Amino acid sequence: MSEQIATFINIGERTNVTGSAKFKRLILEGDYETALDVARQQVENGAQIIDINMDEAMLDSEAAMVRFLNLIASEPDISRVPIMIDSSKWSVIEAGLKCIQGKAIVNSISLKEGEAPFIEQARKIKRYGAATVVMAFDEKGQAETADRKFAICERSYKILTEQVGFAPEDIIFDPNIFAVATGIEEHNNYAVDFIEATRRIREHLPYAHVSGGLSNISFSFRGNNPVREAMHSVFLYHAIRAGLDMAIVNAGQLEVYDEIPIELRDAVEDVILNRRDDATERLLDIAPKYQGDGKVAAREDLQWRDAPVAKRLEHALVKGITDFIEEDTEQARQEAAKPLDVIEGPLMDGMNVVGDLFGEGKMFLPQVVKSARVMKKAVAYLQPYIEREKEAGSSNGKVLLATVKGDVHDIGKNIVGVVLQCNNFEIIDMGVMVPCAQILQTAKEHNVDIIGLSGLITPSLDEMVHVAKEMQRLDFDVPLLIGGATTSKAHTAVKIEPHYEGPVVYVANASRAVGVCQKLLSPTQKQAYVEDIARDYERAREQHAKKRPRTAPVSLSQARDNAFTCDWADYSPPVPKRLGVIPVSVALSELIDYIDWTPFFLTWSLAGKYPRILDDEVVGEQAKQLFDDAQAMLKEICANGKLQAKGVCGLFPANSIGDDIVIYGDESRENVIATSHHLRQQTEKPNGPNYCLSDFVCPQRFGKADYIGAFAVTAGVGEDELAAHYESSGDDYNAIMVKAIADRLAEAFAEYLHERVRKEFWAYADDEVLDNEQLIAEKYQGIRPAPGYAACPEHTEKGTIWSLLDAQQHTGMKLTESYAMWPGASVSGWYFSHPQSRYFAVAKIQQDQLQDYASRKGWELDEAARWLAPNLD
Amino acid sequence: MTDNSLSVLQHAAAQRILILDGAMGTMIQRHKLDEQDYRGQQFADWHCDVKGNNDLLAITQPHIIEQIHLDYLNAGADIIETNTFNANSISMADYDMQSLAREINLAAAKVARSAADKVTRQTPDKPRFVAGVLGPTNRTASISPDVNDPGKRNVTFDQLVESYQEACHALIDGQVDIILIETIFDTLNAKAAAFAVDMVFEEKGVTLPVMISGTITDASGRTLSGQTAEAFYYSMRHVKPFSFGLNCALGPDLLRQYVEEIANVAECLVSAHPNAGLPNEFGEYDMQGEEMADHIGEWAQSGLVNIVGGCCGSTPEHIAAIARRVEHVAPRPLKAQDVKMRLAGLEPFVH
Repeated sequence: MSEQIATFINIGERTNVTGSAKFKRLILEGDYETALDVARQQVENGAQIIDINMDEAMLDSEAAMVRFLNLIASEPDISRVPIMIDSSKWSVIEAGLKCIQGKAIVNSISLKEGEAPFIEQARKIKRYGAATVVMAFDEKGQAETADRKFAICERSYKILTEQVGFAPEDIIFDPNIFAVATGIEEHNNYAVDFIEATRRIREHLPYAHVSGGLSNISFSFRGNNPVREAMHSVFLYHAIRAGLDMAIVNAGQLEVYDEIPIELRDAVEDVILNRRDDATERLLDIAPKYQGDGKVAAREDLQWRDAPVAKRLEHALVKGITDFIEEDTEQARQEAAKPLDVIEGPLMDGMNVVGDLFGEGKMFLPQVVKSARVMKKAVAYLQPYIEREKEAGSSNGKVLLATVKGDVHDIGKNIVGVVLQCNNFEIIDMGVMVPCAQILQTAKEHNVDIIGLSGLITPSLDEMVHVAKEMQRLDFDVPLLIGGATTSKAHTAVKIEPHYEGPVVYVANASRAVGVCQKLLSPTQKQAYVEDIARDYERAREQHAKKRPRTAPVSLSQARDNAFTCDWADYSPPVPKRLGVIPVSVALSELIDYIDWTPFFLTWSLAGKYPRILDDEVVGEQAKQLFDDAQAMLKEICANGKLQAKGVCGLFPANSIGDDIVIYGDESRENVIATSHHLRQQTEKPNGPNYCLSDFVCPQRFGKADYIGAFAVTAGVGEDELAAHYESSGDDYNAIMVKAIADRLAEAFAEYLHERVRKEFWAYADDEVLDNEQLIAEKYQGIRPAPGYAACPEHTEKGTIWSLLDAQQHTGMKLTESYAMWPGASVSGWYFSHPQSRYFAVAKIQQDQLQDYASRKGWELDEAARWLAPNLD
Repeated sequence: MTDNSLSVLQHAAAQRILILDGAMGTMIQRHKLDEQDYRGQQFADWHCDVKGNNDLLAITQPHIIEQIHLDYLNAGADIIETNTFNANSISMADYDMQSLAREINLAAAKVARSAADKVTRQTPDKPRFVAGVLGPTNRTASISPDVNDPGKRNVTFDQLVESYQEACHALIDGQVDIILIETIFDTLNAKAAAFAVDMVFEEKGVTLPVMISGTITDASGRTLSGQTAEAFYYSMRHVKPFSFGLNCALGPDLLRQYVEEIANVAECLVSAHPNAGLPNEFGEYDMQGEEMADHIGEWAQSGLVNIVGGCCGSTPEHIAAIARRVEHVAPRPLKAQDVKMRLAGLEPFVH
């Protein structure tokens, strides 16, 4: 019995114009947006299948069905469930079947018009790959008695399984639920007939299912929802036991059978089961008593407020609720012997629960950061009391974190800091662009237990090597942690670890940080762990040494012989509409449409493509929450102007000479104002050229006018202040959020500006029409490679862009000594317009190119080797 | 396909793991054909560029295509795929060649037939089969091309059915043994293909085995149109396919879990022809034959597959390595599933 109930299927009924006045109004008004919300709500309320019906005289039902189904296909939180196409018109059903990729259910077909159309429709449904509802309806009409209901279903079953070859498990019989308690005596047994027919269908027609439209049963009590719901529940209670295994119901409006008041339940049961002649009158008599306004809207459940204070704190920490944290902390303080006990007792207990859930994959990073916000608020509240008692807090250990000199990126580092704090480590966060000497001095002064370095740009890797060497020289022995986007286990093992005798550990992401730190500071586990890591890195080094290049290197001259070229003589480079430097300002709100959200989720360690991630089984909930928070903050910063975007671009006459691009002051092309140096791919390319960015600009010897562009944009003006503001109020979640959003806006700005350049300034693609997805997929002509990335990996070339554009003057953006851009949320690069220009990776270069590049840049070999280290073996 | 050769195919599938061929495009690339080569004599004066129209080569360079088929057959392929991935009127519109779809399919089927028959004559105990390929087209029936209007579509089910019918007719006229609907990234396109195939079978009074192969586009484990592998299977199960599986997009290392997901639910044979790894930063496929064979050999040992081959980046060397590796491994046994209603939205729903 309980298995039957557990497998009973709710089919959502609200997206039905014949059953829902609201849905009908929305569809008639063309408000499909809101109509989709109705569908979404049903799925959220537990509908496992949604029934869609557009049968309305005032409507082009076919068009409405197609439109609505196509819209649903783009809403993963709705289309994750199967669809039931509900219409009395075959043409509407068939139009619907042509829009559904999943396996749907047709509702319905029947023998009403005879066997021939029934068979033809069933054959088509089979060919479309759908299941179907079959009504107990034949040439004589709708079946009312149990006998006729069963007879028609049996006949249909035989035709379908024997003549059409329809799978019996894909047949769902609807033996007609009719209204009872109508006052007409013949109607009194309708529910009993249905239940009895159901029992026989399930007994005699193997694998077939039984369904029905539930709301019909209570039709005579329209306007009295409590009674209707009671009738539905009672009817289901008995019909399910007879074998009804699915029904069209409003999943949000079902009373629990046991919670129906006894008096009402008995009266309803008399009606449904036709137990006494006066059942209808008796129900009518008591009905007004239960007349209400239906169900109360879902309200916030505050039951948890009744738990003891320790449990309340735990709940607040796990759920990230700050609303009551101060009053709860105060109560806990009054109950505790010392204020510190609150931290070490209930608060740490709560955080341990958070840590466990996080470790088991039951909580996700954004939630943990919110938990930390609650924890910080509680600790901040206790701080003055603790000060008064003058006791030093004990912690798991002291960890110093810093983004190394020359680098301004700190989102990842901040997340690590928060996660460690959650686990009771004391964090000394030195911020960004911290010189080595300062890091080591602070480490000594505070006697830290661990030093963690972070960096995003490739020159930071060298700086980390430098810090490791200095730690060795200065006789440090504390563990050194390495993290950040460009770091890797291989680099740590090969380039960093050999320089420092203390433990060096690469930490792949924030969730690893806790385990690593705990092991490194555990007197029992440390030694084994450190030995493990050392062995692991030794293996990594061996592997690296053995790794032979996938493709053979070629000499620079061979690579140049295989340069990309095109028929330059026949090619007319597009002439920009506007030459020279063009400062650009834009409102943040204009950039929102250009945002590529996928990397935003990655920042928070949620992997998956937007928008699908919002519906992901595992992280979907979190992603949605995070996305909502991001939208709220976007709205706020667009309104209050605390974050601003500034940018500049420029287009200049240019020609290539070998691997360099010379840039001229004007069209006379006599006065060279800058030279942009590039690197060429230097591995064997059997199927294509050895690319260098200069290949995409017409060589000087052809005597043709070609051009190059450059740009520098930031959306981070004010980000540090705003983040600091949140940090100071203990809100790390929003501090990280600001920076993550600013990063996305900067990328969006670059996309936006590139589009304007293509359409308006260089104007070689003024008729281009692309949506955001296509923009993200870079489906346009021309590229905008950024120095420091694959196609032009050498960072100092940003200096050339800065002087060409006078970027600091126009935007306030600065370059650090490692050529990182400040503010962090910045993007810069070159524009190439050639239709065949493309992104590529320079990858490994050889000694001959190193020497050549050094001489072109006017550098000593050492300096060139330092800047090109990631591209050298 | 005669009843006799169908039973030979079924018999062979019961005895051993069948070998499908590898990439066609990768092999064509090696020839470094230029615009003139693509045009051949037949299309010397065509009014737009046709370089890159690989399917056209069945007409203009049939000897190259046949040699590639022969290379795969000699590497051990039991089944070769016709060079018709884009040979439908919808995709061919890119070259303004929509009216040539029938001609191309017919030519491609004949070239493959000729190659398969040549090798069958050499090894009559191991007959070779031709699978006529119906590709996904370059449009999607359940995804909007316009981000501002998610309800918009640039192709309808009916248009797809019409285009697939034409291609399927020609493939059967060219004497293919099997119909292979592959690289499915939008299940609605594939349902239209299956719908068309069923209609053509009815018109012609023949029934060929139908192989279905979908594409999991990334680590999300879903098709481009958002379905999980299991939901995808339930959406296409009505075709009663000869085999069901996955190809393209991922290398064998990443694809394994999804092949396993299908192996767990499929009532028919299971096929897999992954890419030779993921493309590197230069767009090249690095995974060598032996490495690929290591992965696929392990799938075979684990009882996941009945038909294996390669997609993008694979070559006759890959196929030969795979064929050697699975030669003596037993194929996945067929299994019946409980009789239940198996529905699907983006996710499976079993009742």
